[in-house]
Amino acid sequence: MSQKVFVTGLGIISSIGKGVDETLRALKSKKSGIGQIHHLNTIHKGIPTGETKFSDNELKAMVGVSDIEGFSRTALLGMIAAKEAFDDAGLSKTKHTTGILSGTTNGGMDTTEAFYRDFLSNDSKNAYITSHDCGDSTERIAKYLNSTDYMTTISTACSSSANSIMLAARLIKNGIIDRAVAGGTDGLSKFTLNGFNTLLILDKEPCKPFDDNRKGLNLGEGAGYIVLESEDIVNSENKLVYCELKGYGNANDAFHQTASSPEGEGAVLAMRKALANSGLCPEDIDYINAHGTATANNDVSEGKAIETIFGWELPLVSSTKSYTGHTLGASGGIEAVISALSIKEQMLFPNLNFKNRIKELNFSPLTEIVEYNIRNIISNSFGFGGNNTSLIFSKC
Amino acid sequence: MSVFINGTGCISPQRSFDESFFEGHSENYTSDYLPCVLPVYKDYINPVMLRRMSKIMKMGVTSALIALKDAAVEVPDAIISGTAYGCIEDTEIFLNAILEYNETLLTPTAFIQSTHNTINSMIAIIKKCTGYNFTYVHRSFSFENAILDGMIQLENNEARNVLVGGYDELTTNQFNIYKRMHLWKYEIINSLDLLASTSPGTITGQGSSFFIASNEKSETTYCELKGLKTIFEPKEPDAMKSSLNEFLMKFNLTGADIDLCILGLNGDKESNRWYNYVTENYVPEQSLAAFKHLCGDYQTSSAFAFWLGANIIKRQIIPDVSCLKNKNIEGINNVLIYNHYNGTHHSFFLLSKC
Amino acid sequence: MDELINKLKSEIIEVLKLEDIEHDDIDAEAPLFQEGLGLDSIDALELIVLLEKNYGLRIEDSKDGRKVFFSVKSLAEYIRLHNKG
Repeated sequence: MSQKVFVTGLGIISSIGKGVDETLRALKSKKSGIGQIHHLNTIHKGIPTGETKFSDNELKAMVGVSDIEGFSRTALLGMIAAKEAFDDAGLSKTKHTTGILSGTTNGGMDTTEAFYRDFLSNDSKNAYITSHDCGDSTERIAKYLNSTDYMTTISTACSSSANSIMLAARLIKNGIIDRAVAGGTDGLSKFTLNGFNTLLILDKEPCKPFDDNRKGLNLGEGAGYIVLESEDIVNSENKLVYCELKGYGNANDAFHQTASSPEGEGAVLAMRKALANSGLCPEDIDYINAHGTATANNDVSEGKAIETIFGWELPLVSSTKSYTGHTLGASGGIEAVISALSIKEQMLFPNLNFKNRIKELNFSPLTEIVEYNIRNIISNSFGFGGNNTSLIFSKC
Repeated sequence: MSVFINGTGCISPQRSFDESFFEGHSENYTSDYLPCVLPVYKDYINPVMLRRMSKIMKMGVTSALIALKDAAVEVPDAIISGTAYGCIEDTEIFLNAILEYNETLLTPTAFIQSTHNTINSMIAIIKKCTGYNFTYVHRSFSFENAILDGMIQLENNEARNVLVGGYDELTTNQFNIYKRMHLWKYEIINSLDLLASTSPGTITGQGSSFFIASNEKSETTYCELKGLKTIFEPKEPDAMKSSLNEFLMKFNLTGADIDLCILGLNGDKESNRWYNYVTENYVPEQSLAAFKHLCGDYQTSSAFAFWLGANIIKRQIIPDVSCLKNKNIEGINNVLIYNHYNGTHHSFFLLSKC
Repeated sequence: MDELINKLKSEIIEVLKLEDIEHDDIDAEAPLFQEGLGLDSIDALELIVLLEKNYGLRIEDSKDGRKVFFSVKSLAEYIRLHNKG
């Protein structure tokens, strides 16, 4: 189990753009995608959210499907991003075993909530009944890519797609699959918007990760997928790579269902596992793409965890959720794409809206775009249920 | 490296959480769908936690705790489970409130409890387990994905004891909605008559089964888990031939070496042709058993079959109520479990005496 | 005031599903959180919704909630003060 695993393709769609090029332009111009809600039918349109700029019909037109086929927004976003990654890596031309591994929290809830009363009373929306479960979007993606050798779906709240990426690497290293399209997707829904609203952790302004006056998160939606391939394939096919997925770790906080432990013990464990797995030391890490949701609880807990591991030799830290919002199950995938772009461009993207350091912490996040000699990046994704995952991406 | 099943815990439409089922007491139902026989939860979970738990949470957490106790494992190294639909009851409570109150005056508990990894999270909190924790949600491969992950952990020495399980619950609304998919029988029959039924459709059910998988044999070992195979959307039954042959060859086995085949027959004629292919071509002379008349047909029912198979190997008896054909051979050594859901998701498990 | 306190006890028992708890088990002046009944942050959110649903009073920030929900008595006093009608 000693093969390295490399990132050979990227695909993304979020409130800051459709596709890698548009996303990179927005990142470089510090252009956040957070604003009013236009497409979701909700009374909370004024809550700042990272909704993608496309209606359901526009997304359907992009992938070439119709209403009668029962596609959820989550599935459509996933298909768009996964196809971009698949094509970017040139996967259609080869015969290797390809896994489709996807993380999601919403599944098809966006269509279920719209048609739930119909489901209970008539047959008019039956096409959407089987869109509800989480596995539906993954199978739609796999069939769209004509790649059904191996599929799975993971739902561990906000660490879902990071966990999919971690699993993909483990399956490749154990010879179960040769390559994978791994990441996640989540479409915006009233269910999650209202759910987070009842927890009183939504900021009614654009979010301020790692700021002492932060008031909570902005929800977002989107999909992010990376293609992972084994060292053998990369060498034999002379593939261009973005970076290496050098390490990963998953741990559980075992503290509370929704809150992280005050010292971020689960986060410490996850980052330590990833470092051990990668063979790297803390001083080898140049940047952390933080989970950084801007909730009162996460940022101080994650900050303390970072200080525990790195002491006074801290890497640069920023949360790109200040651009995209918190895309829940898709966040690990989206942030993996952004981390890979950082390595490719040798450029770090800032933590927008920051003014005042958190009193309990000894560091402030990065607030400007920086060109930097980036060797290794940690990307954190910490979910409800204390599910904490850290991925390490490295320059080749 | 070998993988052993050292503990089991099961809550199902049978009284499966204690010795009753294997002492010959089975349940049968004449109803739309099969409910579970429930233990006294206060015997397993403290009331402060219990008050917030939905049906699936209680079933999932309790069956996990039973498995851990059975294996004499205090804290597992990893918790991995699979569920197709997750926490339906809490999802419905929150969704109905959104629709009824037009997104106002909503309470958070149901939302928090509706996340798919809630059961795994609660087990981790109760057992203070900070290890690897994954929840798979891929339809009727959810339990299979969890088992594969657990096996990889053990084979790579990333863990010594893995808690792995599969669970799904059913609510009245869920039942009524999925009735529109025409998977279930239109008429109400007794569950014991399911396999002989000639009408289309099946009876659905629910339940939770957890296991301790380990890379070390112990006093509590039930069997060895040799391997599993999943096949997605084969066009015809004989399209499974090369995959199934390759699977058995990995262990130097052919169909003739299988002592018992446990089949996911579900009373739907169209569904039977897949099982007929396997029985005619691989196990024509061997003992056969079924399980869906006992637990219902639902996306993670293979976890119940796994519980049944592990117990059959340990006890070396095939309960009459599950038995279709008993060859009364000496020694049930190799058990093949074959299940499919709706003809699309097919899975095989091989369990062996050790 | 006693009537309001008793009503609140019933509502708290119902909303938080404290099935084994009786009215007399709840000391109106004892802390509801950490000690006393040992409620947690999820329960706090449920009580915020109860206050709005049953008494029309909204608490925007969970930090304000700490003072209001310290005990059944402090909750009753808050309601009396803001619901003169």
